[in-house]
Amino acid sequence: MTAITLPQGEPDLLGVAARRRRTGLWLLGLTAALILTGIVAVGSGAIGIPPLTVARIIGHQLVGLPGEVSWTPPQEAIVWQVRLPRVLLGMLVGAGLAVCGVALQAMVRNVLADPYLLGINSGASSGAAAAILFGAGAGFGQYALSTSAFLGALAASLLVFLIARSGGRVTSIRLLLAGVAVGYALYATTSFLIFASNSAEGARSVLFWLLGSLGLARWDALLAVAAAVLIGLIGYLTLVGRRLDVLAIGDETAQTLGVSPDRFRLRLLVLVSLSVGVLVSAAGSIGFVGLVVPHLARRVVGAAHVRVVPVAALLGAILLVWADVLARVLLAPQEIPIGIITSLLGAPFLLILIRRLHATGA
Amino acid sequence: MITATGVSWRYGTNPVIDGVSVTARPGRVLGLIGPNGSGKTTLLRLLYGALRSPTGQVVVDADELASLPSREAARRLAVVVQETGGETALTVAELVLLGRGPHLSTFQRTSRTDHEIAARCLARVGAAHLGERAFAQLSGGERQRVLIARALAQEATHLLLDEPTNHLDIRYQHEILHLVRTLGTCAVVVLHDLNLAARYCDDLVLLGAGGVAAAGTTDEVLDPAVLEPVYGIGIRRLDLDDGVHLLFHPIDQPIAQRSAA
Repeated sequence: MTAITLPQGEPDLLGVAARRRRTGLWLLGLTAALILTGIVAVGSGAIGIPPLTVARIIGHQLVGLPGEVSWTPPQEAIVWQVRLPRVLLGMLVGAGLAVCGVALQAMVRNVLADPYLLGINSGASSGAAAAILFGAGAGFGQYALSTSAFLGALAASLLVFLIARSGGRVTSIRLLLAGVAVGYALYATTSFLIFASNSAEGARSVLFWLLGSLGLARWDALLAVAAAVLIGLIGYLTLVGRRLDVLAIGDETAQTLGVSPDRFRLRLLVLVSLSVGVLVSAAGSIGFVGLVVPHLARRVVGAAHVRVVPVAALLGAILLVWADVLARVLLAPQEIPIGIITSLLGAPFLLILIRRLHATGA
Repeated sequence: MITATGVSWRYGTNPVIDGVSVTARPGRVLGLIGPNGSGKTTLLRLLYGALRSPTGQVVVDADELASLPSREAARRLAVVVQETGGETALTVAELVLLGRGPHLSTFQRTSRTDHEIAARCLARVGAAHLGERAFAQLSGGERQRVLIARALAQEATHLLLDEPTNHLDIRYQHEILHLVRTLGTCAVVVLHDLNLAARYCDDLVLLGAGGVAAAGTTDEVLDPAVLEPVYGIGIRRLDLDDGVHLLFHPIDQPIAQRSAA
């Protein structure tokens, strides 16, 4: 064995420490940006409220500081009852879509994969259409729409899973094809439901829901469930970052590095399906966030998933909240479906990314 | 030590490997040679468990491979496959550090020791200067060396390589195989080039149609009388001071005749 001498006294071999520091700075900066975004977003809308007042109202509600009230009751109602849950849901949906996109791109090894690839949103849409047009799930009261949508999502992912599974294995290409096939079938189902209902008003609200909206957000169980599921998902994906790296390289490599690719992909599939189901039930299908944000995050901190996942979550949260602000103020008091905004912004962005991708050959 | 007994594999109805037994001994380099389609890669994949043979068994250091948890298997077998992962956006350093994964618990971060091991392994394959580069932007030869560095970083007791000299120029072909030889671990190498096999392998398994055509020490297997019918090429063997060298010529066209033509 020949001894190799390493550079003596070099504190940071391979530049790992420097990268960790840089990621730490990004995370700090993005967290600050997220808080600022939240405050500004809560203040903007048909009735503008100064950021300082917003911060005071939130502080007063959360920790009782400041103690004295220097704002009007309507202002407090708008901030606390209407806009804050909406902004929080926006953050959750943005972060969730972004990390689901990261996980799916690693799972199927395709940079164009997005959370809707698995047909889950089509399932949720069919469920939502059934609820809006035919009163499905009416037994669930105020949660009728989201419950019906979630059941649709669950059914779709189960179907994709059963089709993609062969001999106990779920390969990436089967997953892709099964998702596309189920997606088309359910899309047709939704269209048929709209056609069969013969209600113009109902069709309009289904369409609105299909294009995504945070308008249903309020302090309720749905928001709590979404928060729990997504924070869990982001934490888990960050912790298994190294395994995601390995899976993204290839099944053979994963196996030789001690990661069983089939079992890991299956676990990811279950988690991502569940999360997307919750997201779509809460906010409809909002395109492009899950596709574009992972690329942005990789551009910022490199490809290692332990860094990509938290950065993508923060970026996704910030971007979606701003998209929602645009949706509310552009044609105020009319509200534009947020899916239109994200697609309008996301499509050209994706084109730029594709050009860059080509140029570097990476 | 890896012992495979009676392993088989078929693609469709076409058996590529049929009841084959091979042994890779500790501290020795075993070469798998044979013509295209003779199942060298398939046999290697059976040895590291990417394929599970329906017959026989593979035993690694007294434990059946199929019964080992995947992380434990990865601590015993480090593999350089031909799947390069050329589309990954990871840097070279990140890629080599992934080799430390089998030694870390799922949630554990890489430590200073891991970084030292990775840096040393990169240096051993002459790629220390590539650490910060994007893997996808390397040349074929550089990639191959980095993948070997990752396998070394695994610090496994066995090293398996599928045509590690692909994409390498002649100097690095020799450097890489020399490195494999000097590691002192049990190694299994799929090789196309018989002269490289002659120089760097201790034992050879020659695969022919459906199974082992010959097995033994390099000296025994690299016998023109054994090789010629399997490869369908004329072979002349020269035993020089530094070892065995093989010269090749079309079987119906002896060397003397060619110079006349």
